[in-house]
Amino acid sequence: MFQIVRKQEMAKGTIVRFDISAPKIAAKVKAGQFVILRINETGERIPLTVADKDEFAGIITIIFQVVGKTTALMRSLKEGDIIKDVVGPLGKPANINKMGTVLMVGGGTGVAILHHIAKAFKEAGNFVIGIIGAKDKELMILENEMNAVCDELIITTDDGSYGERGFVTQPLKKYLEERYDIKIVYAIGPIIMMKNVCILTKKFNIPTMVSLNPIMIDGTGMCGGCRVKVGDKTQFCCVDGPDFDGHLVNFDELEKRNNLYLKDEKLSLLFSIR
Amino acid sequence: MLDLDIKYLKFKTYLNTYCPYCHQSFNVETKDKKQLVLKAVFKGQETDLILSPYLDVFEVESSIPIETNEVLDDILCPECHKSLISKEICCGECGSPVGHVIISALSRLIPFFICLKKGCEWHGLTKSDERKIKLKIPRQEMPEQDKTLRIHNHQEVPYGYTSELASLEAGRCLQCKAPKCVEGCPVDIDIPAFIKLMRENDFDGAAKKIKERNVLPAVCGRVCPQESQCEAKCILGIKDMPVAIGRLERFVADFERKMDLVKIPVIKNKTNKRIAVVGSGPGGLTVAADMALLGYSVTVFEALHELGGVLTYGIPEFRLPKSIVQFEINYLKELGVRFELNHVIGNILTVDELREHFDAVYIGVGAGLPVFMGVEGESLGNVFSSNEYLTRMNLMKAYRFPEYDTPMPKGNKVVIVGGGNVAMDCARTAIRTGSTEVTIVYRRSRHELPARLEEVHHAEEEGIKFKLLTSPVRYIGTDYNSLKAVECIKMELVEPDSSGRRRPVPIKDSNFIIECDSAIIAIGTGPNPIIFSTSPDLKRNKWGYIDANEKTMETSIPKVYAGGDIVTGSATVILAMGAGRAAANTMHKQLSKK
Repeated sequence: MFQIVRKQEMAKGTIVRFDISAPKIAAKVKAGQFVILRINETGERIPLTVADKDEFAGIITIIFQVVGKTTALMRSLKEGDIIKDVVGPLGKPANINKMGTVLMVGGGTGVAILHHIAKAFKEAGNFVIGIIGAKDKELMILENEMNAVCDELIITTDDGSYGERGFVTQPLKKYLEERYDIKIVYAIGPIIMMKNVCILTKKFNIPTMVSLNPIMIDGTGMCGGCRVKVGDKTQFCCVDGPDFDGHLVNFDELEKRNNLYLKDEKLSLLFSIR
Repeated sequence: MLDLDIKYLKFKTYLNTYCPYCHQSFNVETKDKKQLVLKAVFKGQETDLILSPYLDVFEVESSIPIETNEVLDDILCPECHKSLISKEICCGECGSPVGHVIISALSRLIPFFICLKKGCEWHGLTKSDERKIKLKIPRQEMPEQDKTLRIHNHQEVPYGYTSELASLEAGRCLQCKAPKCVEGCPVDIDIPAFIKLMRENDFDGAAKKIKERNVLPAVCGRVCPQESQCEAKCILGIKDMPVAIGRLERFVADFERKMDLVKIPVIKNKTNKRIAVVGSGPGGLTVAADMALLGYSVTVFEALHELGGVLTYGIPEFRLPKSIVQFEINYLKELGVRFELNHVIGNILTVDELREHFDAVYIGVGAGLPVFMGVEGESLGNVFSSNEYLTRMNLMKAYRFPEYDTPMPKGNKVVIVGGGNVAMDCARTAIRTGSTEVTIVYRRSRHELPARLEEVHHAEEEGIKFKLLTSPVRYIGTDYNSLKAVECIKMELVEPDSSGRRRPVPIKDSNFIIECDSAIIAIGTGPNPIIFSTSPDLKRNKWGYIDANEKTMETSIPKVYAGGDIVTGSATVILAMGAGRAAANTMHKQLSKK
């Protein structure tokens, strides 16, 4: 029994935050790990990275964007409702230790995951620089939370309605040119954003980690649906990831695999409306 | 002449006797006893001949007084009036006249006649004669769904024996004094004993007999490879077909379930010791049941949202209905076993934490990680691992999409790589979900196919094509990342390799292309790394599986036992259960010592 303790809608209702009561998971989950949810008997299993936790209250936080049938259904849930299954923590935790200066780049809903990792880096005693981006001011999430854990925070929007105008890669480039002490870059967001960040950091030869979100079923290494090419090896995101060396990941393939069920998603939504 | 002193014709042996011509049963059940009714021709007059069992012999009733040592002209079927006596059934050498034989009624369609002339092969019935007659009963086939019908539904293919067929098949068993079949069974079911009970028509007792050694008879009767285990050792199998032990097991288990005869045993000698079982597959369930019956309190941890492990996510509905798995698990629940869903051991709890809280830990997580061949184009969309395909279909019920939310991987033309049971399951699932052309690609020849013969046979019946001695070298995709075709290469077999099977090598320049829009790779699995990531002390063998003692199932960590696929690599349900049984025995021995 996993109860929704608190629900918050963000970014005009396209992004939703759930605080779920799951004491056993909250006690164990580390930054970068994810859980798999199934909301009802006929539901599918979807992976969602844990955005925060409170081990004393036994609560995990997940933040998701409404994209398909399951997330739409989840948005309709209210505080006090029950989620049927929550499995976790899954995946390897992010490798966090004291390095010096770390640069965190996040876009869209990716900021939710980035926040958890940035918080862990900050607690480990690093100097954290954050760059977060969104389409416009309305869609920007977790700005205050990021502000609390970052020593420096840059905000960009695509249309310039808030912060700098443009993509996250522009301030990133500036930082990479100006600062020589950046030890690692963490990029989490849309695939196209992660891809461009990796192209940029490769030029400067700075290690870059990305957090991937491929299609998954069981999340325990069984199905192999979440396989990604990392370098010349096929890796399973659920047990070998979800964080990988961004310079080695084949993003084009990942994007194509993620689009595999777009048609079915529509069908499924239409079915539920009917 | 009607010799009535026929002691071998016991009451139970003629329960299923039919006319060979009109298939009418000769058996009549009157108020207090069962009778065999025939028509006899005696001195040109027809008369009803009623044989009723009285203790060990038969009483004969007839409207015309028939004296002993008088010769009957003929015996007829009471319905169709055809003669039941034929010379071919007699040994053919003694030239026994009509009427010198009597029905022995052991078979369903061919009643057996015994020649009464001294010296004839069929004279009287000694033990060895009984054996001869038994050898004449053919192995009974299970009635099954028609092949044109069954490819459109997900219901189970064989319907199972009727009680008549089951009694008949049980009658074939020779009841060997030193039964070989038991040696072939990984969990040592007392096979002759349960068949004996079946012959006494005590199906319930037979089910209880099996349950002494096997907690999942309905499952094992369906998915065990009996032809390479118990049935492979059956003495009848040397000259003829072996007794269909698996089908009998299935029948009694179904009988017990359907007749609501399952009883929850009262567990005495409760102890306060606790057992943790990781994984609710067949091995884990066996450990749980054995330990629960011994009085331990057992907790089973399952990573997925449904119990049963491979029985639930792997084996399709048409081969093992999920309601049966559910029923067997409910039995365990009533034994007091606790089940914890959604617990990935290694992450939410580590093996060390389990050791702190429990007196013994059994690891039966199975071999989860799918293996890919590493050829070009494997990451294309519509190329699936068998695990993904079957999990979607069975666990997530994708074949009922969009009613269930998980999308169904579909394809008009499907290629399946591999020749094991899993490949057959994938192929047969594909044909049931609307694929028009399903091809199995296997790199060795038909002789080496690892799948059960029955599965291969069913697959062929359902129109699945086999491309043997073929191996894929490349998956060709469209611009949109979906699969267009598979490029394959022909293979030939050369000298045997370390596994004893002949090694396939590619034939140069024999490449050809199979057009398809979906491919499923079913070439086996590897060890899942999750449990090792937080238990580095757990010793692994050279293949990466857990290094456990073969007999005691102990691992390198004290109090921790392991068995099943995580120790042996991909194998069968019953081997995992055998390992579970062995582990439970060791656990009990060691825990009761203290």
